Amino acid sequence: MSTAVATNEVPNYLTSETGWKSWAFTLDHKRIGVMYLIAILLSFLAGGIFALLVRIELAFPGETIMGPDWYNKSFTLHGAIMVFLFIIPSIPGALGNFFLPLMLGAKDVAFPRLNLMSLYCWIVGAGLLLYSIFTGAVDTGWTFYTPYSTSTQTSVMSTTMGVFVLGFSSILTGINFVTTIHTMRAPGLHWRRLPLFVWGQYATSVIQVLATPVLAVTLLLLTMEKAFSLGIFDPKFGGDPVLFQHFFWFYSHPAVYIMILPGMAVVNELIATFSRRAIFGYMFVAMSSVSLALLGFLVWGHHMFVAGMSEYSTMVFSALTFLVAIPSGVKVFNWTATLYKGSISFASPMLWALSFLFLFTIGGLTGLFLGTLNVDVHLHDTYFVVAHFHYVMVGGTVMGFVGGLHYWWPKMFGRMYNENAARVGWFLVFVGFNITFLTQFVLGSQGMPRRYWDYLERFRPLHGFSSIGALILGLGFFVLGGMFIHSLFRGKKAPRNPWGSAGFEWNTTTPPHPHNFEVTPIIRRGPYDYHLATEEELAST
Amino acid sequence: MKEATIQLPRQMSTLAADIDSMYYFIFWVSVVFFVAIVGAAIWCMIEFRASKNPQATPPGHHDVLELFWTFAPLILLIPMFHYGFKGYVQAMVAPSDAIEVRVRGKQWAWDFYYPGDTEPSPAELVVPVGRPVKMSMSSQDVLHSFFIPEFRVKRDVVPGMYSSVWWEALETTSTYNAATNKVEGEALDLFCTEYCGRSHSQMLAKVHVVSDADYKAFIAGKDKAPEGKDLAEVGAELYKKNACNTCHSIDGSALVGPSFKGLFGKNESFEDGSSSPADENYLRQSILQPQAKIVKGFAGKNMPPFVLKDWKLDALIAYIKSVK
Repeated sequence: MSTAVATNEVPNYLTSETGWKSWAFTLDHKRIGVMYLIAILLSFLAGGIFALLVRIELAFPGETIMGPDWYNKSFTLHGAIMVFLFIIPSIPGALGNFFLPLMLGAKDVAFPRLNLMSLYCWIVGAGLLLYSIFTGAVDTGWTFYTPYSTSTQTSVMSTTMGVFVLGFSSILTGINFVTTIHTMRAPGLHWRRLPLFVWGQYATSVIQVLATPVLAVTLLLLTMEKAFSLGIFDPKFGGDPVLFQHFFWFYSHPAVYIMILPGMAVVNELIATFSRRAIFGYMFVAMSSVSLALLGFLVWGHHMFVAGMSEYSTMVFSALTFLVAIPSGVKVFNWTATLYKGSISFASPMLWALSFLFLFTIGGLTGLFLGTLNVDVHLHDTYFVVAHFHYVMVGGTVMGFVGGLHYWWPKMFGRMYNENAARVGWFLVFVGFNITFLTQFVLGSQGMPRRYWDYLERFRPLHGFSSIGALILGLGFFVLGGMFIHSLFRGKKAPRNPWGSAGFEWNTTTPPHPHNFEVTPIIRRGPYDYHLATEEELAST
Repeated sequence: MKEATIQLPRQMSTLAADIDSMYYFIFWVSVVFFVAIVGAAIWCMIEFRASKNPQATPPGHHDVLELFWTFAPLILLIPMFHYGFKGYVQAMVAPSDAIEVRVRGKQWAWDFYYPGDTEPSPAELVVPVGRPVKMSMSSQDVLHSFFIPEFRVKRDVVPGMYSSVWWEALETTSTYNAATNKVEGEALDLFCTEYCGRSHSQMLAKVHVVSDADYKAFIAGKDKAPEGKDLAEVGAELYKKNACNTCHSIDGSALVGPSFKGLFGKNESFEDGSSSPADENYLRQSILQPQAKIVKGFAGKNMPPFVLKDWKLDALIAYIKSVK
């Protein structure tokens, strides 16, 4: 390996070593984070293309651009790619890998080799999914419900194997983060000073480690049933299809929190920085992440209120589901209270954080309809559910991820982006998103079922309107993609701390030193203590 | 009875009013909370913008406030849970005097068995107004779900297990015409809401609510062959009613199964290597025992067997003959 450092320049992780091997075999969490970022953005592009195909097909009743077979495959691939390849690894894999050690004042994560292995697990899993697309793709929906998934002729096997391997990537990242947070905090960085981003990642990692094995077991059972006709889920062989749903949601509901907690974690950093004020009720916000992680394990049954569970089980799951509203509410109230008496500026990352606040509030409140048993009976498996989880997943996690990407981009690549393009992109995404999905709440409450290739004439205007929104949404992301690519090559050189943040990750040079810090930092204040930070720390130079 | 609103379909069962009042209660709670949170945030964004308020005040602790907004929401959450569960139990437990209709879901059609029936009536469900009706449901193949928006009922239809929904309709949609042996008028839509494969979105049925007298007349007349009609024409109706069209085209294109176009009299080759002409006996067997002879290239498609009265078989075969 060659080291090429200009004598009078501070070395940075991007240029300190060169050659493809220096990337393929790197143990640097920052490089792994960057590779994750590229992988995740490509997945987002692929998932987005399938989303647009689905919405274009649904723009008019009957066949628009594809028949039912490819429609079913498209919505399945949209879901599977977005969930398993994009959202779950997005914030932990890319932003978490890069910034968690920087925030802790650590040299790297606790297990750098495991970290690299998690990336390779992701690549193998993604490769299997890609293989499944070229061998005919899968049409079961991302939920793989039995007995359809054991009887369909499409490539269920390679898809489930892909998801199985992706699970390991997620578990390895989780183990790594938990250990890193416990053992590698800089002197003075005690738990009450941890950045809330780290608290969020901590809660997420606990779920990743505890829940993902259940998905692995479930998919393995499914594969064995398909291969050897074991009677586990398929009643033809003496199995129980509802059992599959219990197993599946026992992972996939906690997975919802694997997806949303990191989004919330990012938003804490953005709101604090752009209000120049510590997050109100810091400890309550931190603990709300932990309690969401725990409650997330107890509410899987609310996906099955009409699936054929006993009334007693539905009662317990409904009651527990309402408890989720409490920590979610605590976060939203505290973020709003943080704005009060802050000094608020509206750089592009803050626009995404505020969008998160508005859209997640809608996503959370519409969850109340679905947690209420008798109302859920009417809304279950309609577009209302589709709209609800898109408000949480896109209005929440994606807003947080894109906001975080805007916020930390200068630190990662040493370049600024065009702020006007960022605002245009944000505006298109915000407007397009609401047109697409607010409409779907009404579609759903009127009775439009989900996963339909065709629909009745009476749903035509709303479907058309929703599709127009999707095109605007797509255009917005297209603008942002162009803006980031432009920034890589033509962007203005970024200063050390462009937003004047008090966060610890801004203390290192831009782009960061290969070993993060020249000397181990000693932490003497909280990450949001603007009144204790020195002017030198806050200087946006 | 309440008309459809922008948000919800017309209330046509006794269960709808309760569900809708919960819906609107949560809707208005959500509106109030959304306006309060977003309003407060926007007010802060204006009042504390950096240009007006260059120096932020570091926050102190306010544990009372924290505890307040941690526990105060329970005041609204508990009633939502309580009345939601109460309504749910009501919707789950059918009155003992309900008329029981057996429902069989299959890819991709609905079959209904009225009390005492051994042969299914496909695609159209006829129920009386003002009397509790219970659907006792099971599936022949994969998961389906039974959903009628106007009644606010939904329940998964699961293979290897029975599930049920019930309702009491508040008004009629149709009348029974004894002369033509048909139910006429507006109908409600029955949707499948659990993804079940290729033609999931075509797995629909019509629901007619008729007066008690019309219902009795319908039950008495439903198994009689219509008189004075061309047999192939009757078959064409059955072709649609039994959802044959979701898998078998009449224009020569291969959907899930072989097309009916030019089928009669053709020499068919089968998966096992044999072949035979597609005559009346072949068609009859293929409807009653679809797995007996599988046309080459259609292995693993699993057409379910159909139970049909002889006059219906005659009509269907006459129709297939006519598709040239």
